[in-house]
Amino acid sequence: MLIRTTSQQSQDGELNRFRFRIAFAAGTVVLAFAIVVGRFVFLQIFQHEYYTTRAEDNRISLVPIPPNRGVITDRNGVVLARNYSAFTLELTPSKIESLDQTIESLGELIEILPKDKRRFRKLLEESKSFESLPIRTRLSDEEVARFAANRYRFPGVEVKARLFRQYPLGPIASHAIGYINRINKADLEAIEEKEQGANYKGTEHIGKTGLEKSYEFHLHGETGYEKVEIDAGGRAVRNLSRTAPVPGNNLTLTLDTKLQEMAEKAFGDRRGALVAIEPSTGGILALVSTPTFDPNLFVDGIRSEDWEQLNNSPDRPMVNRALNGAYPPGSTFKPFMALAALELGKRTPAQAISDPGYFTFGGHTFRDDKKGGHGMVDMYKSIVHSCDTYYYMLANDMGIENIARFMGPLGLGSRTGIDIEGESEGVLPSPEWKKRRFKRAEQQKWFAGETISIGIGQGYNAYTPIQLAQATAAVANNGVIFRPHLVKHITNSKTGEKTLIEPEPLRTLPWKPQNIETIKKAMVGVNKEGTGARAFAGAEYVSGGKTGTAQVFSLKGADYKGHKLKQELRDHALFIAFAPADQPKIALAVLVENGGFGAQSAAPIARMVMDYYLLGKQPKGPAKEDEAAIEDEE
Amino acid sequence: MLPQILQRLRKRLVEHIDGPLLTIALVIMAFGLATIYSATVYASNRAVSQLLNMGVGMLVMWLIAQLPPQKLMRFAVPLYVIGVILLILVYVIGVKVNGARRWLPIGITRIQPSEILKIATPLMLAWYFHKYEAVLRLRHYVIAGLLLLVPFALIAKQPDLGTAILVGAAGFYVIFFAGLPWKIIVGMIAAAAGSAPFIWSMLHDYQRKRILTLIDPTTDPLGSGYHIIQSTIAIGSGGPFGKGWLQGTQTHLEFIPERHTDFIFAVFSEERGLVGNCILVVLYLLLIARGLMITANASTLFARTLAGSITLSFFTYAFVNMGMVSGILPVVGVPLPFMSYGGTALVTLFLGLGILMSIQTHRMLVKQ
Repeated sequence: MLIRTTSQQSQDGELNRFRFRIAFAAGTVVLAFAIVVGRFVFLQIFQHEYYTTRAEDNRISLVPIPPNRGVITDRNGVVLARNYSAFTLELTPSKIESLDQTIESLGELIEILPKDKRRFRKLLEESKSFESLPIRTRLSDEEVARFAANRYRFPGVEVKARLFRQYPLGPIASHAIGYINRINKADLEAIEEKEQGANYKGTEHIGKTGLEKSYEFHLHGETGYEKVEIDAGGRAVRNLSRTAPVPGNNLTLTLDTKLQEMAEKAFGDRRGALVAIEPSTGGILALVSTPTFDPNLFVDGIRSEDWEQLNNSPDRPMVNRALNGAYPPGSTFKPFMALAALELGKRTPAQAISDPGYFTFGGHTFRDDKKGGHGMVDMYKSIVHSCDTYYYMLANDMGIENIARFMGPLGLGSRTGIDIEGESEGVLPSPEWKKRRFKRAEQQKWFAGETISIGIGQGYNAYTPIQLAQATAAVANNGVIFRPHLVKHITNSKTGEKTLIEPEPLRTLPWKPQNIETIKKAMVGVNKEGTGARAFAGAEYVSGGKTGTAQVFSLKGADYKGHKLKQELRDHALFIAFAPADQPKIALAVLVENGGFGAQSAAPIARMVMDYYLLGKQPKGPAKEDEAAIEDEE
Repeated sequence: MLPQILQRLRKRLVEHIDGPLLTIALVIMAFGLATIYSATVYASNRAVSQLLNMGVGMLVMWLIAQLPPQKLMRFAVPLYVIGVILLILVYVIGVKVNGARRWLPIGITRIQPSEILKIATPLMLAWYFHKYEAVLRLRHYVIAGLLLLVPFALIAKQPDLGTAILVGAAGFYVIFFAGLPWKIIVGMIAAAAGSAPFIWSMLHDYQRKRILTLIDPTTDPLGSGYHIIQSTIAIGSGGPFGKGWLQGTQTHLEFIPERHTDFIFAVFSEERGLVGNCILVVLYLLLIARGLMITANASTLFARTLAGSITLSFFTYAFVNMGMVSGILPVVGVPLPFMSYGGTALVTLFLGLGILMSIQTHRMLVKQ
């Protein structure tokens, strides 16, 4: 009995201990599940938004749809830059195992020239491997069909319809319009800086020079997006929504393409520049820099042989001479000097000097072109016959400080602010300029003798053709200076709304009207009875002008016989002009590199441009050099 | 006459079935089927074949439930010995899949012997304690520990950490319910903490990586951290009420790996939200509560320890799986009980249910 009871008790105790263990286990289970549920609450309540975003990021991919680039037309609606759609054969290097082998087998289907391969290699070096890169552009329909039939053999290769930029007029006005090319690293940085990174996703080309560059963000438009649902493998499952791209804005230029074309032809094969401005607005009618280049070469990535040819040509066709060539103005500087003298009271129109044919200063003799001098010379005669002695004396009387102070507000030696980037400053000489320009103390000092040749537009003087055109327009416009511009209005492609680029008077110079009249009259005299008379003989309108010659090569003491010198040593010929004289509609500056005298090669071009612009006269062939003008010249 | 036959047949059918246990399991499985359907709807749909697995599992459950625990006890030693021999054979002629030697080829198919040990180990230990119940000394616990260590080490070495943990836990629960002194339990926990650095040095590289990516999954977002990151996103984006059945983007765009097997909980959680998760947790709690009730009422030490071990194994499965999918436990290959797709695992679970039912329904007979 007793034993049984003990056994019963021990069994009860054991059962109790066992039940306690069950309770302990149950407690552990509840605690563990509580931790898990706590984790769910944390993830699904407190972190819910964060993980919702993560899930959305996982599944939604934005595929950019690049917008159509804006079209550029001239003032009469002539298309200068447009887009066309064409098929390209494109390779995505990251999806292709052996590039060489793929290209080789593709070559059996579609003609791939060595130049195409070279260009592809170049693109490959510059790009990220997951981009698709064109190896052939402008496929024919037959080529597209042939590839489509064999498509399965080429993973990572596709035919894509792409928009291409096209410049229908080719080399005409190429320096003004510029060109687009594939986006490179530097472009990307510029895009990021302007916070346009998102808008350029999917865009492959960007304006590199000219208007294409300076109006890039107008022309580009807004990139559209396709919201695509993707799976874990990155494959598109379905389209969720589409935001259509907004095409870029269209540019309408002040440029007159026919005038531009005619002016370019007038240069023939000579190097030079011409800028024609509408004085009352600053609108540019023609912006010529010869030789030109075909911007279409750049659009798909330029072939290296083309690039080398353009870059290595001694004629340097890629340089925009109108904006980046700085030349001594020569005698075209004289009307501005004369105006300065009147305004500063250093001369009166009637005040005459006796010209012995030279001017001596500090033991140095400055020669006039005409041996024996021009005799008694007043202001009118000094401009009409381009008398150097008059201006040697004037420069000496005025001093360099006064000259610089007068020429600065005229826009000489500073950027005009034309709506193309990269314009050069030129040089308006002054003692301060010299201090900045030179490092050594003995070079920094300004010598009074240096002022003398400044007076006839030589020496340190160096201005761009557009600066000369702007200054000429300022005189023609009675002292009101406009910022030269190429774009007349921007048309919003979505709303059709036109934003006019307002003529922007930079400043009005406080010149006395009678002083302006004096200068204008003298410039009219140049074309009537002076150095420009031969070029403007028989013109049906009254024009004002001034010839100029910029020394390229100094012939110490020897006589200058331009036509006997080697071409590249000949002087640069310049001509500034405006017409009609009473109400100028056009002001221009012409420069012919190594053209000799201004009257010889620059003035005839100006005549042709003006005849065309004012009278609609079509010239026959390029402007001829006027050999006879040589003897008559300054 | 006929109604009587039918009634007898019905009695014969349900005699050894535990209603609550089966009901709870069926409800969880219904959730499981719907989730498997959602997870595999675009690929080859696995819901139907899982239904088939369930049929087989229920048959096994019914058959086991008919056997009284005394008969079950007879299987203990042979099943354990065969299991261990097969585990050793895996080393000799095993097939390597994904860097782990887990499979044993048998004719045209192959089996995973470690699966047998999930039941055989607790069965063996329960039998052992039952045998020495009257004379239990410390050395018996030590011997039981060694009996557990053999399959645990063999499985861990394959390497299959998930199964090893499940087998080890099942064995440990038997020892625990057999009355392992608390002093030793506390001592073992202290020893485990002390030997952690040593264990670390023993771990395989992939196991270490799993633990490290658990601490910070973002260190390897495309490699071993990818699973955890994607399943956590799925759970978190599910929010309080879920995205709705068949609406989970993480699931249907295939961001969740192992969608219908080990990571099925992420699918469920994304589509059913916190509410669904809580319902599921409550269902598991009910299942375990019923299991513990059976354990408490069991009449022999064998039945008690075995029932307790099986019940807590269900808990271990559910806790480890939900913990790993939600990112608080390392990723080990543990399926979610009655939810994850997979025939073998399901049959093993039903086997466990069958044993619990056998223990519950043969109790009266024993008492009589």
